[in-house]
Amino acid sequence: MAHFDEKAKPFSHKWLNERMAVDTVKKVLSTEYWIPKDINFLWAMGMILAATFGILIISGIFLLMYYQPDVKTAFDSVNYTIMSEVGYGWLWRHIHGVAASVVFLVIYIHMFTGIYYGSYKRGREMIWLSGMLLFVLFSAEAFSGYMLPWGQMSYWAGMVITNLFEGFSPTIAGGVANFPGFVEWLRGDYVPGQAFLTRFFMLHVFLLPLAIIAVIVLHFATLRLPHVNNQKGKEIDFEEAAKQYKHGNKKESKVIPFNPVFLSKDVFVMGVYFILFFYLVFFHFEFAMDPVNFDPADGLKTPAHIYPEWYFLWSYEILRPFNKDLGLIAFGFAQVAFFLLPFLDKSPVVAPANKRGLFKVWFWVMIVDMIVLTVMGKLPPEGIWTIIGLVAALVFITLFAVLPFITKKEKKA
Amino acid sequence: MSNRRDFMGMALGSFAALGALGALYAAKRTWDPLPSVKSAGFTTIDLSPAKENELVTEKWRGKPIFILKQPADAPKSDREIHVAGGRYLVVVGLCTHLGCIPAYLADKKQFKCACHGGEFNSVGVNTFGPPPRPLDIPPFKISGTSLILGETGPEYEKMLAAGLTLKV
Repeated sequence: MAHFDEKAKPFSHKWLNERMAVDTVKKVLSTEYWIPKDINFLWAMGMILAATFGILIISGIFLLMYYQPDVKTAFDSVNYTIMSEVGYGWLWRHIHGVAASVVFLVIYIHMFTGIYYGSYKRGREMIWLSGMLLFVLFSAEAFSGYMLPWGQMSYWAGMVITNLFEGFSPTIAGGVANFPGFVEWLRGDYVPGQAFLTRFFMLHVFLLPLAIIAVIVLHFATLRLPHVNNQKGKEIDFEEAAKQYKHGNKKESKVIPFNPVFLSKDVFVMGVYFILFFYLVFFHFEFAMDPVNFDPADGLKTPAHIYPEWYFLWSYEILRPFNKDLGLIAFGFAQVAFFLLPFLDKSPVVAPANKRGLFKVWFWVMIVDMIVLTVMGKLPPEGIWTIIGLVAALVFITLFAVLPFITKKEKKA
Repeated sequence: MSNRRDFMGMALGSFAALGALGALYAAKRTWDPLPSVKSAGFTTIDLSPAKENELVTEKWRGKPIFILKQPADAPKSDREIHVAGGRYLVVVGLCTHLGCIPAYLADKKQFKCACHGGEFNSVGVNTFGPPPRPLDIPPFKISGTSLILGETGPEYEKMLAAGLTLKV
């Protein structure tokens, strides 16, 4: 049996240490969790995401106290009760709406940083995969939350997105991949109604946040052994560098401890971020509040132009230019393409994209294509926009198809 | 010894799997549409007030139902329903692509969906864009000058057998 000092004062450091090994835990998770020095502000995006998720939870708790998940009262509970009756209710709603939108901007920056610096391969595959899983969960969380105010966009987005689960046309392969009953099962009704609203409410406030928290823990865990990447993609001997640091050679050592050294930099970047964030909350919240969703849901009237929030536009635009079945395949491809990245990139080189020959071209074409898809997704499907959208969608698919070939040829620099 | 352990392991595993299956089935049934939702799925619509080439929208199972009386000079189609001498198009007013409501353009005798640009002609057949099939005809039974939506009559059975519509 372990040794317990009878004289140790309850809850003193020694007392806790004997029972919970607090010193070891603190070392492993913070003061001796080594971070390379050769990084930039883009390495702070993870903590910014964690902080934004925290803000979403806190603002969500306050919204939850007045929101009513009932098709008759949901719209008014948000747009009347919370917005004009509840003291500072508008603040929680605007924080929640802005954070839900901005969190995707930061997720994309976080993702593209990882792609640019090659942080998804050579021991970091699980970081990438758990991160992509978080992206999917955040997407589901955003979609389910969008249903709750029960406005026109809520209803029709719910209709269109659940219809995707009908699968392929009944004429394809004798209808084996056609599941019309599945859509009704998902909704609990023939159209989005009360059963639909209450189950998405449950998903949004309980099951999905729970899953997100669990996968965030997994994401952190996958990071602990391979450590974060650095600006040059160099392999660092962390034990050696840590020894140097602990012996006082802090200047020569290639690493710093996560806490307090790296965290202080994180907190600075977070400070800059929150200035921008609260500027948006107080002065420009309207970008996160679609005007069409301020009309109550009406199952007999489709809005003239249905489009998703900006962060889903690129994958929506990949679905749109094709017929139903091809569109579904393209859309499904867009959802899994990024998951496959560690396995499509056949090059062993971990380095910034700009040092990787053809991959540099690949990376920047991919970024431009995603932006084109996003812009086209917002424009009505007419004339030249349809053609540009189709080309951009085909470019996206081609990019992932050629990635193994262009990376295979890459020489180790 | 190992045999006894294997047995215990398998017995525990089987009971746990059985319980998990039961729980999954209960969870599936909980997500099913309620009986009250299913039984509210019948609607009677009187067709006699409809005017030629003028779209009437009714509601059945929460979905819009389009009723369009065909003009006397319009070409015949086997997707029409004949009631008391009139020819009617009766379809679910949801685009067969992803379920938006198309608008009827009376001058062009055409349905157009604003979401993804799909088009249908005056008997609901898809003529342009992503919709994979014509607008669906709801199950109906003719009763005098009315239709009972949700029940199936011989006219509907015939259309279904001829592949003119999917079951909705």
